Amino acid sequence: MLFAQTSTFSGPPVDWFALTPLLILTGGALVIMLAGALMDRLLPKGAYALFTAAVAIAALVVTFVLWDKVMVDGPRQVMGDAIVLDGPGLFITVVIVASILLSALFLDDYLRREGLEGAETYALIIVSGIGGIVMAWSSDLIVLFLGLETLSLALYVLAASHLKRIQSQESGIKYFVLGGFSSAFFLYGVALEYGATGSTRLAVMANFFQTGNPASDKGLLYAGLALLLVGFGFKIAAAPFHMWTPDVYEGAPTPVTGFLASASKAAAFAALLRVVVVAFFQFRDDWRPVIYALAVISLFLGAVMAIVQTNVKRMLAYSSISHVGFILVGVEALANEPTSGQTISRLGYSSALFYLLAYAVIVLGSFGVVTLVGRTGDADHSLDDYRGLSRTRPVLAFTFTVLLLAQAGVPLTVGFVAKFNVISAAVDAKSYVIAILAMLSAVIAAFLYLRIIVSMYLSDPPEDSVLPPVRVPVSAGIGLGIALAFTVVFGFLPNVLVDFAKNAADTLTL
Amino acid sequence: MDTSFPLLTSIILVPAAGALVVALLPKDQVRLVKLVGILFALATAALTIYLLIDFDKSADGFQFVSQHVWIEALGIDWHLGVDGISLFLVVLTGVLFPLAFWGGDADANHDVKAYTGWMLLLEAGVLGTFLALDLFLFFVFFEIVLVPMYFLIGGWGHGQRIYAAVKFFLFTMTGSAFMLVGLLATVFLYRNETGVLTFDVTVIATDQAIAASTTRWLFLAFAIAFAVKVPLFPLHTWLPDAHTNAPTAGSVILAGVMLKLGTYGFLRYGLYLFPDAAHWWAPLFITLGVIGIIYGAICAAMQRDLKRLVAYSSVAHLGFIVLGTFALTTESISGGVLQMVNHGVSTGALFLLVGWIYERRHTREIDQLKGLQRVAPIFAGVFTIVMLSSVGLPGLNGFVGEFLVLIGSFLTARWWVVVAATGVILAALYLLWAYQRVFHGVPDEANRHFPELRLKEGLVMVPLVALIFFLGIYPKPLLDRVEPSVNKLIAHVEAHSDYRQPRVGGEASGG
Repeated sequence: MLFAQTSTFSGPPVDWFALTPLLILTGGALVIMLAGALMDRLLPKGAYALFTAAVAIAALVVTFVLWDKVMVDGPRQVMGDAIVLDGPGLFITVVIVASILLSALFLDDYLRREGLEGAETYALIIVSGIGGIVMAWSSDLIVLFLGLETLSLALYVLAASHLKRIQSQESGIKYFVLGGFSSAFFLYGVALEYGATGSTRLAVMANFFQTGNPASDKGLLYAGLALLLVGFGFKIAAAPFHMWTPDVYEGAPTPVTGFLASASKAAAFAALLRVVVVAFFQFRDDWRPVIYALAVISLFLGAVMAIVQTNVKRMLAYSSISHVGFILVGVEALANEPTSGQTISRLGYSSALFYLLAYAVIVLGSFGVVTLVGRTGDADHSLDDYRGLSRTRPVLAFTFTVLLLAQAGVPLTVGFVAKFNVISAAVDAKSYVIAILAMLSAVIAAFLYLRIIVSMYLSDPPEDSVLPPVRVPVSAGIGLGIALAFTVVFGFLPNVLVDFAKNAADTLTL
Repeated sequence: MDTSFPLLTSIILVPAAGALVVALLPKDQVRLVKLVGILFALATAALTIYLLIDFDKSADGFQFVSQHVWIEALGIDWHLGVDGISLFLVVLTGVLFPLAFWGGDADANHDVKAYTGWMLLLEAGVLGTFLALDLFLFFVFFEIVLVPMYFLIGGWGHGQRIYAAVKFFLFTMTGSAFMLVGLLATVFLYRNETGVLTFDVTVIATDQAIAASTTRWLFLAFAIAFAVKVPLFPLHTWLPDAHTNAPTAGSVILAGVMLKLGTYGFLRYGLYLFPDAAHWWAPLFITLGVIGIIYGAICAAMQRDLKRLVAYSSVAHLGFIVLGTFALTTESISGGVLQMVNHGVSTGALFLLVGWIYERRHTREIDQLKGLQRVAPIFAGVFTIVMLSSVGLPGLNGFVGEFLVLIGSFLTARWWVVVAATGVILAALYLLWAYQRVFHGVPDEANRHFPELRLKEGLVMVPLVALIFFLGIYPKPLLDRVEPSVNKLIAHVEAHSDYRQPRVGGEASGG
């Protein structure tokens, strides 16, 4: 019996080289855990952060090696069609790994300041990044779900990891309950799609739609698609599935919030793009209106709700919902190519990718500043706590201003190029109304960023202020320097990044 | 005409470099920072004057063109050029900035380094907007000027400075929102017609490949942004707040140069880019312009605050420019261009003078000021000249532009001109009335010690007053350079629409 089993089962051939980014990250996470368990006392301070950063950089390097290979040889399936190595997947890998790198830089001093120093946070960040990469690479709904759960479970723990703040616990529980709920939606959607098509493999599903006659079980198909979109809507935090966002973002340790807004969002978007484009492109006229509605609601709800907040973390949480709306405008555009047939708007696809990368760096930098201004206790996040920051910490205030202006989409920042690309894609697809709506929501959101800038520059510090001065540790300084340089340099010379996103979209396998 | 020296690029980069240098200077060296700021502004002014001298007045196309690929994937270029329409706006900007710097430096009472840096960045942005010949580049400059202006009003302004700064930012950004979509639609529709993806204004404007009915919408998208900037009647409400609360130099630049971004936009990205649509929409914009003339004048007459009065007078003066632009005759457009320069000079000077009054008396309430002529006759004399130029007294610069606009527009928009002409009378009414209340009479206790015009202030005023007389008496050098480009623009409109310029006496030539 045992013999028979082994002889009939032949595992898929494994292309180990293609998996190197994942292997490096997994190895790194294990080493950190081991080191934390065995020799925590012996390590100098900052060792974990430094090691995490090194792992991230190594993963970044091999990702670019793989990128070159994909650009030359074209995309390919690995692990028996379970995952695919292509441009968009590697692009999102870069986003996620860069997020790990920046998060590690911001975590270093934060954990020591808050008395939370330890190996777990770094290991969890890496593990959650691995989950995100699996999501971005998956070409099978089950693998996608595995990635999603790896990402989410690590994030639930991270959100609750500030032991001394009750809000952090609340944030973790809330995220866990609602996240579990959305995973259930997603999984049920997968089940229904399996019922409708007989496969969870995206390419097989698409093929089934093209060759077979899906008319008989369209009900199943639509119900499954709707459930999948709900699951994704929750993960990308698109309105009206955003309810958890402000509370979780506010409660989570601030560097973790940055990671949530960057890597987690990028992974979920990568998966969403792959599913709707690869498996369901045939039905784009059915899901496009849903994306349209999600985009418009997210744009305006995010912008308007952000204005009325007084807590900067909540402001940025709501503004991140508005940014999701912008990315969804790009998603809507890619399905809206006026020409008939299976041609997608590569411009729409690449604009969404570009936005994810630009926003990831900008938002990580922004939450990096918030981390520092939050001071010990991670509690000073009211708008008043920023008053007069330009006097006490002019460079920090200037950095935050540039990052906020980038979020607002002011030219000569990478944020403008991101918005410009998305609006280009929408206009190219003749979605004029949503393009104008998106720009108008950007004006509303600009008011929010101006409020923070006013607080930093144009208001005097409160007379009776008892707050300790803001400290800028070296590691966080490096992180902010990277974010600032990225924002400005690619704002002036976006050529490289535009081509990067364009090439990624061009290698998408349908 | 291509010179080896990248003159236009330098004109933009010199102030930008100045901002960078200022950023690197130590914060407590206030005098050094101020000096460096003025020196960079003067260097820019020198470059613009060199541009004026080197400008070939017989040519009607773009000169000193500089074109380099910027974002290849999208067909975006660093593309600059100057013609008769933008030439004097560039020179005006170059000349006005050092004067605003020097004359308005009392407002730079704290954080001089940041103030100087923002001013120089603002100058680079404004010059870039006038020189850009690439839609993307234009948008970038058009939008980026908001940031320094926002900080200048918010940081160094008076009264409700933060409210004014935010309102200014959001109003202009709303206009830009429409423009960005329209701009991209223009580019992509052009690509759909021709297969070429380019942001080059000259290419898109020359080809006119987009269907006329579509261009009407595209024009409207651009026009909303420009109408906010000018500002045209229903979209003007940001202007009084921004002008009144801005620091003196901010007001000078705002009124002198930045409002022209709107009227210049109408010429370059309205008439030139969408000739047919501009002709089609002309009645609407002429009407809004004329409403602006009358409405601005009435509002100005009602103001108690001297600076607010000058701000509303801008609404009226800019109405003339819009009228001239959309009346589409050689005289009216040339007059409009001249009026842009004239308004920059006279309103810039008026804001400086009002700023100095505020500096002395810490109030701008007309009721609080009285009899200044007795105690400060030279100050009053200069104010009289500048005010009369703003009124449009023949022999001073304000007259030439307004007169050309009115006679030019009379051919194509007769009854509007009849209404607009009353605006000239109203201008005399509100300015003379204000002058009478502020300067005539016997000074009361508070005004008895009003200091006379200082030497520095006099030196700032000398070039402005000289320009007021020179442009009023001998505007020919300007018209000679403006008209070839204007004629070409009108020929362009005629070639691409059913509009024909009416000819009077077979020869149409102003001056």
